[in-house]
Amino acid sequence: MGERAVIIGAGQAGAQAAASLRQAGFAGAIVILGEEPVAPYQRPPLSKAYLQGELEPDRLLLRPAAFYEKQKIDLRLGVRVEAIDRAAQIVETAGETFPYDRLLIATGAPPRRLDCPGADLPGVHYLRSIADSDRLRPVLAGGGRLVIVGAGYIGLEVAASARKAGIDVTIIEMAGRVLARVAGKEISAFFEKIHRAAGVDLRLGAALSSFAGRGRVEAAVLKSGAKIPCSAVLVGIGAAPATALAEAAGLTVGNGVWTDEHARTSDPAIFAAGDCSSHPSPIYGRRMRLESAPNAIEQAKVAGTNMAGGAAAYDAVPWFWSDQYDVKLQTVGVSDGADRTVIRGDPGRRNFSVWSLKAGKLLSVDAVNDPAAFALARRLIAAGALPDPKKLADPATALKSLLP
Amino acid sequence: MPKITYIEQNGTEHVVEAELGISVMEAAVKHMVPGIDADCGGACACATCHVYVDPAWADKIGKREAMEESMLDFAYEPKETSRLSCQITVKKELDGLVVRLPEFQG
Repeated sequence: MGERAVIIGAGQAGAQAAASLRQAGFAGAIVILGEEPVAPYQRPPLSKAYLQGELEPDRLLLRPAAFYEKQKIDLRLGVRVEAIDRAAQIVETAGETFPYDRLLIATGAPPRRLDCPGADLPGVHYLRSIADSDRLRPVLAGGGRLVIVGAGYIGLEVAASARKAGIDVTIIEMAGRVLARVAGKEISAFFEKIHRAAGVDLRLGAALSSFAGRGRVEAAVLKSGAKIPCSAVLVGIGAAPATALAEAAGLTVGNGVWTDEHARTSDPAIFAAGDCSSHPSPIYGRRMRLESAPNAIEQAKVAGTNMAGGAAAYDAVPWFWSDQYDVKLQTVGVSDGADRTVIRGDPGRRNFSVWSLKAGKLLSVDAVNDPAAFALARRLIAAGALPDPKKLADPATALKSLLP
Repeated sequence: MPKITYIEQNGTEHVVEAELGISVMEAAVKHMVPGIDADCGGACACATCHVYVDPAWADKIGKREAMEESMLDFAYEPKETSRLSCQITVKKELDGLVVRLPEFQG
Protein backbone atom coordinates (compact mmCIF):
# COMPACT_ATOMS: atom_id res chain seq x y z
CA MET A 1 0.00 0.00 0.00
CA GLY A 2 1.53 3.29 -1.07
CA GLU A 3 -0.54 5.50 1.18
CA ARG A 4 1.10 8.30 3.14
CA ALA A 5 -0.04 9.74 6.43
CA VAL A 6 1.45 12.99 7.66
CA ILE A 7 0.96 14.26 11.21
CA ILE A 8 1.65 17.88 12.08
CA GLY A 9 2.48 18.11 15.77
CA ALA A 10 4.48 15.73 17.97
CA GLY A 11 2.48 16.10 21.17
CA GLN A 12 0.23 13.60 22.93
CA ALA A 13 -2.26 13.61 20.04
CA GLY A 14 0.33 13.28 17.30
CA ALA A 15 2.10 10.35 18.94
CA GLN A 16 -1.15 8.56 19.77
CA ALA A 17 -2.55 9.00 16.27
CA ALA A 18 0.57 7.42 14.77
CA ALA A 19 0.25 4.46 17.13
CA SER A 20 -3.47 4.12 16.41
CA LEU A 21 -2.86 4.24 12.63
CA ARG A 22 -0.60 1.21 12.95
CA GLN A 23 -2.94 -0.53 15.36
CA ALA A 24 -5.71 -0.12 12.81
CA GLY A 25 -3.53 -1.82 10.22
CA PHE A 26 -2.27 1.17 8.25
CA ALA A 27 0.76 -0.12 6.34
CA GLY A 28 1.76 3.04 4.50
CA ALA A 29 4.35 5.65 5.41
CA ILE A 30 3.81 7.74 8.56
CA VAL A 31 5.65 10.99 9.16
CA ILE A 32 5.34 13.08 12.34
CA LEU A 33 6.53 16.67 12.06
CA GLY A 34 7.27 18.28 15.43
CA GLU A 35 8.51 21.78 16.16
CA GLU A 36 10.15 20.95 19.46
CA PRO A 37 13.49 19.13 19.40
CA VAL A 38 12.16 16.44 21.77
CA ALA A 39 10.30 13.20 21.04
CA PRO A 40 6.63 13.23 22.12
CA TYR A 41 6.32 13.63 25.88
CA GLN A 42 3.78 14.22 28.63
CA ARG A 43 3.05 17.82 29.45
CA PRO A 44 1.03 17.49 32.68
CA PRO A 45 4.09 16.88 34.94
CA LEU A 46 5.78 20.06 33.64
CA SER A 47 3.99 22.14 36.28
CA LYS A 48 4.14 19.43 38.95
CA ALA A 49 6.56 16.50 39.47
CA TYR A 50 8.98 17.50 36.70
CA LEU A 51 9.08 21.13 37.78
CA GLN A 52 9.77 19.96 41.33
CA GLY A 53 12.74 17.97 40.08
CA GLU A 54 11.18 14.62 40.89
CA LEU A 55 11.21 13.24 37.34
CA GLU A 56 14.07 12.78 34.91
CA PRO A 57 13.40 14.09 31.38
CA ASP A 58 13.33 10.62 29.83
CA ARG A 59 10.53 9.63 32.19
CA LEU A 60 8.36 12.19 30.43
CA LEU A 61 8.68 10.47 27.08
CA LEU A 62 5.41 8.93 25.95
CA ARG A 63 7.11 6.12 24.09
CA PRO A 64 10.67 4.86 23.80
CA ALA A 65 12.74 5.76 20.72
CA ALA A 66 12.58 2.10 19.67
CA PHE A 67 8.82 2.41 19.30
CA TYR A 68 9.09 4.78 16.34
CA GLU A 69 11.72 2.60 14.67
CA LYS A 70 9.82 -0.60 15.18
CA GLN A 71 6.56 0.90 13.96
CA LYS A 72 8.31 2.58 11.01
CA ILE A 73 7.18 6.02 12.07
CA ASP A 74 9.39 8.75 10.66
CA LEU A 75 9.71 11.20 13.54
CA ARG A 76 11.03 14.55 12.32
CA LEU A 77 11.82 16.91 15.16
CA GLY A 78 12.72 20.59 15.17
CA VAL A 79 10.74 21.04 11.97
CA ARG A 80 8.33 23.90 11.41
CA VAL A 81 5.50 23.47 8.94
CA GLU A 82 5.00 26.52 6.75
CA ALA A 83 1.89 25.60 4.80
CA ILE A 84 -0.62 22.97 3.80
CA ASP A 85 -1.34 22.82 0.07
CA ARG A 86 -4.68 21.03 -0.08
CA ALA A 87 -4.93 20.98 -3.87
CA ALA A 88 -1.58 19.25 -4.24
CA GLN A 89 -1.97 17.34 -0.92
CA ILE A 90 1.41 18.50 0.27
CA VAL A 91 2.75 19.79 3.58
CA GLU A 92 5.55 22.30 3.21
CA THR A 93 8.42 23.01 5.59
CA ALA A 94 11.26 25.44 4.94
CA GLY A 95 13.38 22.88 3.13
CA GLU A 96 11.14 19.98 2.26
CA THR A 97 7.70 18.92 1.09
CA PHE A 98 5.72 15.99 2.41
CA PRO A 99 2.99 14.56 0.21
CA TYR A 100 0.02 13.09 2.04
CA ASP A 101 -3.05 11.01 1.39
CA ARG A 102 -4.24 11.55 4.98
CA LEU A 103 -3.19 14.48 7.12
CA LEU A 104 -3.62 15.10 10.85
CA ILE A 105 -3.43 18.56 12.36
CA ALA A 106 -2.38 18.20 16.01
CA THR A 107 -0.73 21.53 16.57
CA GLY A 108 -1.90 22.09 20.15
CA ALA A 109 -2.61 25.33 21.96
CA PRO A 110 0.33 27.53 22.91
CA PRO A 111 -0.03 29.91 25.87
CA ARG A 112 -1.69 33.28 25.41
CA ARG A 113 0.91 35.98 25.81
CA LEU A 114 0.76 39.28 27.65
CA ASP A 115 1.55 42.44 25.76
CA CYS A 116 1.71 44.93 28.64
CA PRO A 117 4.80 47.12 29.12
CA GLY A 118 7.70 45.00 30.34
CA ALA A 119 6.14 41.73 29.19
CA ASP A 120 9.24 40.90 27.16
CA LEU A 121 11.68 41.37 30.06
CA PRO A 122 13.88 38.39 30.86
CA GLY A 123 12.46 36.53 33.84
CA VAL A 124 8.88 36.57 32.52
CA HIS A 125 8.02 32.91 31.91
CA TYR A 126 5.34 30.89 30.19
CA LEU A 127 4.76 27.18 30.61
CA ARG A 128 3.92 24.81 27.81
CA SER A 129 7.06 22.92 26.82
CA ILE A 130 9.78 20.99 28.57
CA ALA A 131 12.15 23.86 27.69
CA ASP A 132 9.80 26.28 29.48
CA SER A 133 9.77 24.05 32.57
CA ASP A 134 13.58 23.72 32.45
CA ARG A 135 13.85 27.52 32.48
CA LEU A 136 11.45 27.79 35.40
CA ARG A 137 13.17 25.18 37.56
CA PRO A 138 16.08 27.41 38.67
CA VAL A 139 13.50 29.99 39.81
CA LEU A 140 12.14 27.44 42.26
CA ALA A 141 15.66 26.68 43.43
CA GLY A 142 16.51 30.36 43.91
CA GLY A 143 15.21 32.92 46.34
CA GLY A 144 12.89 35.89 46.12
CA ARG A 145 9.26 36.01 45.13
CA LEU A 146 7.55 34.43 42.17
CA VAL A 147 4.64 36.44 40.79
CA ILE A 148 2.09 34.33 38.97
CA VAL A 149 -0.32 36.03 36.60
CA GLY A 150 -3.52 34.02 36.30
CA ALA A 151 -5.13 31.58 38.74
CA GLY A 152 -5.99 28.78 36.32
CA TYR A 153 -4.66 25.23 36.51
CA ILE A 154 -1.15 26.20 35.40
CA GLY A 155 -0.90 29.15 37.77
CA LEU A 156 -2.17 27.21 40.77
CA GLU A 157 -0.08 24.11 40.08
CA VAL A 158 3.08 26.17 39.73
CA ALA A 159 2.14 28.05 42.91
CA ALA A 160 1.88 24.74 44.77
CA SER A 161 5.21 23.54 43.33
CA ALA A 162 6.87 26.83 44.28
CA ARG A 163 5.52 26.80 47.83
CA LYS A 164 6.72 23.23 48.19
CA ALA A 165 10.18 24.49 47.19
CA GLY A 166 9.89 27.24 49.81
CA ILE A 167 9.54 30.15 47.38
CA ASP A 168 7.27 33.12 48.18
CA VAL A 169 4.37 33.38 45.77
CA THR A 170 1.94 36.13 44.81
CA ILE A 171 -0.87 35.29 42.41
CA ILE A 172 -2.55 38.07 40.48
CA GLU A 173 -5.97 37.13 39.13
CA MET A 174 -8.27 39.46 37.29
CA ALA A 175 -11.45 37.50 38.07
CA GLY A 176 -13.06 37.50 41.49
CA ARG A 177 -12.16 33.84 42.08
CA VAL A 178 -9.57 31.24 41.10
CA LEU A 179 -10.26 28.67 38.33
CA ALA A 180 -13.08 30.98 37.21
CA ARG A 181 -13.16 29.62 33.66
CA VAL A 182 -13.11 25.93 34.54
CA ALA A 183 -14.76 25.35 37.92
CA GLY A 184 -17.78 26.30 40.00
CA LYS A 185 -17.63 28.67 42.95
CA GLU A 186 -17.46 25.93 45.60
CA ILE A 187 -14.28 24.54 44.05
CA SER A 188 -12.86 28.04 43.63
CA ALA A 189 -13.48 28.83 47.30
CA PHE A 190 -11.83 25.58 48.35
CA PHE A 191 -8.66 26.16 46.32
CA GLU A 192 -8.45 29.77 47.50
CA LYS A 193 -8.45 28.48 51.04
CA ILE A 194 -5.77 25.84 50.57
CA HIS A 195 -3.44 28.20 48.70
CA ARG A 196 -3.81 30.87 51.34
CA ALA A 197 -3.23 28.25 54.03
CA ALA A 198 -0.02 27.31 52.23
CA GLY A 199 1.15 30.92 52.41
CA VAL A 200 0.30 32.13 48.90
CA ASP A 201 -0.46 35.84 48.63
CA LEU A 202 -3.58 35.60 46.48
CA ARG A 203 -4.84 38.83 44.93
CA LEU A 204 -8.25 38.40 43.35
CA GLY A 205 -9.93 41.05 41.21
CA ALA A 206 -6.47 42.48 40.63
CA ALA A 207 -5.47 43.85 37.24
CA LEU A 208 -1.88 43.84 36.05
CA SER A 209 -0.61 47.05 34.53
CA SER A 210 3.04 46.37 33.69
CA PHE A 211 6.32 44.79 34.69
CA ALA A 212 9.23 46.90 35.85
CA GLY A 213 12.90 46.13 35.94
CA ARG A 214 16.29 47.00 34.54
CA GLY A 215 17.41 44.31 32.15
CA ARG A 216 15.19 41.76 33.91
CA VAL A 217 11.87 41.72 35.68
CA GLU A 218 12.03 43.09 39.23
CA ALA A 219 8.42 43.93 40.00
CA ALA A 220 4.85 43.54 38.84
CA VAL A 221 2.80 46.72 38.86
CA LEU A 222 -0.96 46.58 39.32
CA LYS A 223 -3.52 49.03 37.92
CA SER A 224 -4.21 50.01 41.52
CA GLY A 225 -0.63 51.28 41.67
CA ALA A 226 0.57 48.51 43.98
CA LYS A 227 4.04 47.26 43.18
CA ILE A 228 5.02 43.66 43.94
CA PRO A 229 8.79 43.07 43.94
CA CYS A 230 9.73 39.71 42.45
CA SER A 231 12.59 37.71 41.05
CA ALA A 232 10.53 36.07 38.32
CA VAL A 233 7.06 35.96 36.78
CA LEU A 234 5.01 33.10 35.43
CA VAL A 235 2.17 33.99 33.09
CA GLY A 236 -0.65 31.44 32.96
CA ILE A 237 -3.57 33.19 31.31
CA GLY A 238 -4.87 30.40 29.11
CA ALA A 239 -3.99 29.00 25.73
CA ALA A 240 -5.08 29.69 22.18
CA PRO A 241 -5.48 26.92 19.58
CA ALA A 242 -2.78 26.89 16.90
CA THR A 243 -5.06 27.19 13.88
CA ALA A 244 -3.02 29.43 11.58
CA LEU A 245 -2.03 26.61 9.17
CA ALA A 246 -5.59 25.33 8.98
CA GLU A 247 -6.98 28.80 8.43
CA ALA A 248 -4.49 29.62 5.72
CA ALA A 249 -5.44 26.36 4.03
CA GLY A 250 -9.10 27.40 4.04
CA LEU A 251 -10.36 24.81 6.52
CA THR A 252 -13.34 25.66 8.72
CA VAL A 253 -11.99 27.19 11.93
CA GLY A 254 -13.61 28.88 14.92
CA ASN A 255 -12.01 28.53 18.33
CA GLY A 256 -10.21 25.47 17.01
CA VAL A 257 -10.09 23.51 13.77
CA TRP A 258 -13.60 22.18 13.29
CA THR A 259 -14.05 18.45 13.01
CA ASP A 260 -17.02 16.13 12.84
CA GLU A 261 -17.49 13.29 15.34
CA HIS A 262 -14.99 11.24 13.30
CA ALA A 263 -12.22 13.83 13.85
CA ARG A 264 -12.45 14.80 10.18
CA THR A 265 -12.16 18.48 9.21
CA SER A 266 -14.05 20.23 6.41
CA ASP A 267 -11.54 18.55 4.03
CA PRO A 268 -12.17 14.78 4.04
CA ALA A 269 -8.45 14.01 3.67
CA ILE A 270 -7.57 16.11 6.74
CA PHE A 271 -8.19 15.27 10.40
CA ALA A 272 -7.58 17.21 13.59
CA ALA A 273 -7.19 16.19 17.23
CA GLY A 274 -6.22 17.52 20.63
CA ASP A 275 -6.11 21.06 22.01
CA CYS A 276 -6.19 22.67 18.54
CA SER A 277 -9.46 21.05 17.50
CA SER A 278 -13.14 21.65 18.10
CA HIS A 279 -15.52 18.71 17.97
CA PRO A 280 -19.27 18.17 18.34
CA SER A 281 -20.06 16.55 21.68
CA PRO A 282 -22.98 14.13 21.52
CA ILE A 283 -23.23 14.20 25.32
CA TYR A 284 -23.53 17.98 25.61
CA GLY A 285 -25.17 18.65 22.24
CA ARG A 286 -22.75 21.37 21.24
CA ARG A 287 -19.30 22.02 19.86
CA MET A 288 -16.35 21.91 22.29
CA ARG A 289 -12.66 22.52 22.33
CA LEU A 290 -10.89 20.86 25.24
CA GLU A 291 -7.42 21.42 26.57
CA SER A 292 -6.55 18.14 28.21
CA ALA A 293 -4.21 15.22 27.75
CA PRO A 294 -6.92 12.55 28.04
CA ASN A 295 -8.96 14.30 25.35
CA ALA A 296 -5.91 14.53 23.09
CA ILE A 297 -5.28 10.81 23.49
CA GLU A 298 -8.87 9.71 22.96
CA GLN A 299 -9.45 11.98 19.97
CA ALA A 300 -6.20 10.88 18.41
CA LYS A 301 -7.27 7.24 18.72
CA VAL A 302 -10.39 8.11 16.73
CA ALA A 303 -8.43 10.17 14.19
CA GLY A 304 -5.75 7.50 13.71
CA THR A 305 -8.32 4.74 13.32
CA ASN A 306 -10.28 6.72 10.74
CA MET A 307 -7.19 7.83 8.84
CA ALA A 308 -6.58 4.10 8.38
CA GLY A 309 -10.04 3.75 6.87
CA GLY A 310 -12.06 3.05 10.02
CA ALA A 311 -15.29 4.67 11.18
CA ALA A 312 -14.71 5.39 14.87
CA ALA A 313 -16.71 8.16 16.55
CA TYR A 314 -15.61 10.34 19.43
CA ASP A 315 -18.07 10.36 22.31
CA ALA A 316 -15.85 10.13 25.40
CA VAL A 317 -16.81 12.07 28.51
CA PRO A 318 -14.13 14.73 28.98
CA TRP A 319 -12.05 14.59 32.13
CA PHE A 320 -9.26 16.54 33.75
CA TRP A 321 -7.11 16.37 36.82
CA SER A 322 -4.89 18.63 38.85
CA ASP A 323 -2.48 17.93 41.72
CA GLN A 324 -1.83 20.74 44.19
CA TYR A 325 -0.21 20.15 47.60
CA ASP A 326 -1.89 17.05 49.04
CA VAL A 327 -5.01 17.60 46.98
CA LYS A 328 -6.02 15.72 43.85
CA LEU A 329 -8.81 17.34 41.89
CA GLN A 330 -10.46 15.12 39.31
CA THR A 331 -13.12 16.65 37.11
CA VAL A 332 -15.37 14.77 34.77
CA GLY A 333 -17.73 16.47 32.36
CA VAL A 334 -18.30 20.17 31.77
CA SER A 335 -20.52 22.21 34.09
CA ASP A 336 -21.58 25.02 31.71
CA GLY A 337 -25.32 25.62 31.95
CA ALA A 338 -25.79 23.87 35.29
CA ASP A 339 -28.88 24.98 37.25
CA ARG A 340 -28.15 23.07 40.45
CA THR A 341 -25.08 22.00 42.39
CA VAL A 342 -24.96 19.41 45.15
CA ILE A 343 -22.07 19.06 47.58
CA ARG A 344 -21.21 15.65 48.93
CA GLY A 345 -18.66 15.31 51.73
CA ASP A 346 -16.75 17.89 53.71
CA PRO A 347 -14.55 20.56 52.08
CA GLY A 348 -13.06 21.24 55.53
CA ARG A 349 -11.60 17.74 55.51
CA ARG A 350 -10.31 18.12 51.96
CA ASN A 351 -12.52 15.29 50.83
CA PHE A 352 -15.67 16.17 48.91
CA SER A 353 -17.29 16.37 45.51
CA VAL A 354 -19.42 18.94 43.71
CA TRP A 355 -22.13 17.59 41.42
CA SER A 356 -23.52 19.92 38.74
CA LEU A 357 -26.89 19.17 37.19
CA LYS A 358 -29.10 20.70 34.55
CA ALA A 359 -32.80 19.88 34.52
CA GLY A 360 -31.95 16.87 36.67
CA LYS A 361 -29.29 15.53 34.31
CA LEU A 362 -25.75 15.17 35.61
CA LEU A 363 -23.37 17.47 33.70
CA SER A 364 -20.14 17.29 35.67
CA VAL A 365 -18.47 16.40 38.93
CA ASP A 366 -15.47 17.98 40.60
CA ALA A 367 -14.00 15.45 43.01
CA VAL A 368 -11.45 16.54 45.61
CA ASN A 369 -9.47 13.56 46.97
CA ASP A 370 -12.50 11.47 46.09
CA PRO A 371 -11.65 9.20 43.15
CA ALA A 372 -14.71 7.05 43.76
CA ALA A 373 -17.01 10.00 43.07
CA PHE A 374 -15.00 10.77 39.96
CA ALA A 375 -15.08 7.22 38.63
CA LEU A 376 -18.77 6.79 39.31
CA ALA A 377 -19.67 10.15 37.79
CA ARG A 378 -17.83 9.23 34.63
CA ARG A 379 -20.22 6.32 34.17
CA LEU A 380 -23.31 8.30 35.16
CA ILE A 381 -22.58 11.10 32.70
CA ALA A 382 -21.88 8.66 29.88
CA ALA A 383 -25.23 7.02 30.60
CA GLY A 384 -27.08 10.37 30.66
CA ALA A 385 -28.19 9.65 34.23
CA LEU A 386 -30.55 11.79 36.33
CA PRO A 387 -29.36 10.98 39.86
CA ASP A 388 -31.51 11.95 42.85
CA PRO A 389 -29.90 15.09 44.35
CA LYS A 390 -30.97 14.09 47.87
CA LYS A 391 -29.16 10.78 47.57
CA LEU A 392 -26.10 12.49 46.10
CA ALA A 393 -25.87 14.84 49.05
CA ASP A 394 -26.24 12.07 51.61
CA PRO A 395 -22.87 10.48 52.41
CA ALA A 396 -24.77 7.45 53.73
CA THR A 397 -25.87 6.62 50.18
CA ALA A 398 -23.44 4.18 48.63
CA LEU A 399 -22.21 5.72 45.38
CA LYS A 400 -22.55 2.43 43.53
CA SER A 401 -26.28 2.32 44.30
CA LEU A 402 -26.66 5.34 42.00
CA LEU A 403 -25.69 3.35 38.93
CA PRO A 404 -28.71 2.70 36.71
CA MET B 1 17.64 -5.36 36.48
CA PRO B 2 14.56 -7.15 37.80
CA LYS B 3 12.61 -9.20 35.28
CA ILE B 4 8.89 -8.57 35.07
CA THR B 5 6.50 -10.71 33.06
CA TYR B 6 3.33 -9.19 31.68
CA ILE B 7 0.72 -11.65 30.46
CA GLU B 8 -1.96 -10.44 28.10
CA GLN B 9 -5.54 -11.69 28.29
CA ASN B 10 -4.86 -13.99 25.30
CA GLY B 11 -1.88 -15.57 27.05
CA THR B 12 0.89 -13.68 25.22
CA GLU B 13 3.82 -13.12 27.57
CA HIS B 14 6.15 -10.14 27.57
CA VAL B 15 9.27 -10.42 29.69
CA VAL B 16 10.86 -7.09 30.44
CA GLU B 17 14.06 -6.05 32.21
CA ALA B 18 12.79 -3.16 34.28
CA GLU B 19 14.89 -0.26 35.48
CA LEU B 20 14.97 0.23 39.25
CA GLY B 21 12.94 3.16 40.55
CA ILE B 22 10.46 3.49 37.73
CA SER B 23 6.92 2.14 38.01
CA VAL B 24 5.67 -1.19 36.69
CA MET B 25 3.47 0.89 34.36
CA GLU B 26 6.44 2.86 33.01
CA ALA B 27 8.42 -0.32 32.46
CA ALA B 28 5.55 -1.67 30.34
CA VAL B 29 5.29 1.50 28.27
CA LYS B 30 9.05 1.67 27.82
CA HIS B 31 9.13 -1.89 26.49
CA MET B 32 6.04 -1.53 24.37
CA VAL B 33 3.88 -4.00 26.24
CA PRO B 34 0.39 -3.57 24.77
CA GLY B 35 -2.67 -3.30 27.00
CA ILE B 36 -1.47 -0.69 29.47
CA ASP B 37 -2.85 2.65 28.35
CA ALA B 38 -1.73 4.86 31.25
CA ASP B 39 -3.71 7.85 29.98
CA CYS B 40 -2.74 10.09 32.92
CA GLY B 41 0.92 9.17 32.75
CA GLY B 42 1.13 7.78 36.26
CA ALA B 43 -0.74 10.34 38.36
CA CYS B 44 -3.14 7.76 39.81
CA ALA B 45 -5.94 9.67 38.11
CA CYS B 46 -7.38 7.36 35.49
CA ALA B 47 -7.19 3.61 36.25
CA THR B 48 -6.02 2.67 32.74
CA CYS B 49 -2.90 0.81 33.92
CA HIS B 50 -4.83 -1.84 35.81
CA VAL B 51 -3.09 -5.22 36.33
CA TYR B 52 -3.64 -8.35 38.41
CA VAL B 53 -0.73 -9.38 40.60
CA ASP B 54 -0.24 -12.96 41.75
CA PRO B 55 -1.09 -13.12 45.50
CA ALA B 56 2.37 -14.60 46.21
CA TRP B 57 3.81 -11.13 45.57
CA ALA B 58 1.41 -9.28 47.86
CA ASP B 59 3.98 -8.74 50.64
CA LYS B 60 6.72 -7.53 48.34
CA ILE B 61 4.73 -5.02 46.32
CA GLY B 62 3.13 -3.38 49.33
CA LYS B 63 -0.46 -2.33 49.93
CA ARG B 64 -2.85 -0.26 47.88
CA GLU B 65 -3.32 3.24 49.17
CA ALA B 66 -6.80 4.72 49.63
CA MET B 67 -6.68 6.70 46.38
CA GLU B 68 -5.66 3.65 44.36
CA GLU B 69 -8.23 1.51 46.14
CA SER B 70 -11.07 3.81 45.12
CA MET B 71 -9.91 4.11 41.52
CA LEU B 72 -9.69 0.32 41.26
CA ASP B 73 -13.17 -0.11 42.65
CA PHE B 74 -14.48 1.32 39.39
CA ALA B 75 -11.98 -0.25 37.02
CA TYR B 76 -13.05 -2.94 34.57
CA GLU B 77 -13.46 -6.21 36.50
CA PRO B 78 -11.55 -5.43 39.68
CA LYS B 79 -10.39 -8.35 41.82
CA GLU B 80 -8.67 -8.84 45.16
CA THR B 81 -5.38 -8.91 43.26
CA SER B 82 -5.99 -5.73 41.27
CA ARG B 83 -3.37 -2.97 41.30
CA LEU B 84 -2.67 0.19 39.36
CA SER B 85 0.74 -0.53 37.89
CA CYS B 86 1.72 3.16 38.10
CA GLN B 87 1.66 2.80 41.88
CA ILE B 88 4.11 -0.13 42.07
CA THR B 89 7.77 0.87 42.07
CA VAL B 90 10.30 -1.50 40.51
CA LYS B 91 12.82 -2.73 43.09
CA LYS B 92 15.24 -5.63 43.41
CA GLU B 93 12.83 -7.79 45.40
CA LEU B 94 10.41 -7.70 42.48
CA ASP B 95 12.68 -9.78 40.23
CA GLY B 96 10.43 -12.42 38.67
CA LEU B 97 7.19 -10.50 39.23
CA VAL B 98 4.29 -11.69 37.10
CA VAL B 99 1.35 -9.39 36.32
CA ARG B 100 -1.69 -10.21 34.23
CA LEU B 101 -3.53 -7.67 32.12
CA PRO B 102 -7.31 -7.28 32.15
CA GLU B 103 -9.38 -7.55 29.00
CA PHE B 104 -9.95 -3.78 28.91
CA GLN B 105 -8.63 -0.66 30.56
CA GLY B 106 -10.88 2.14 31.79
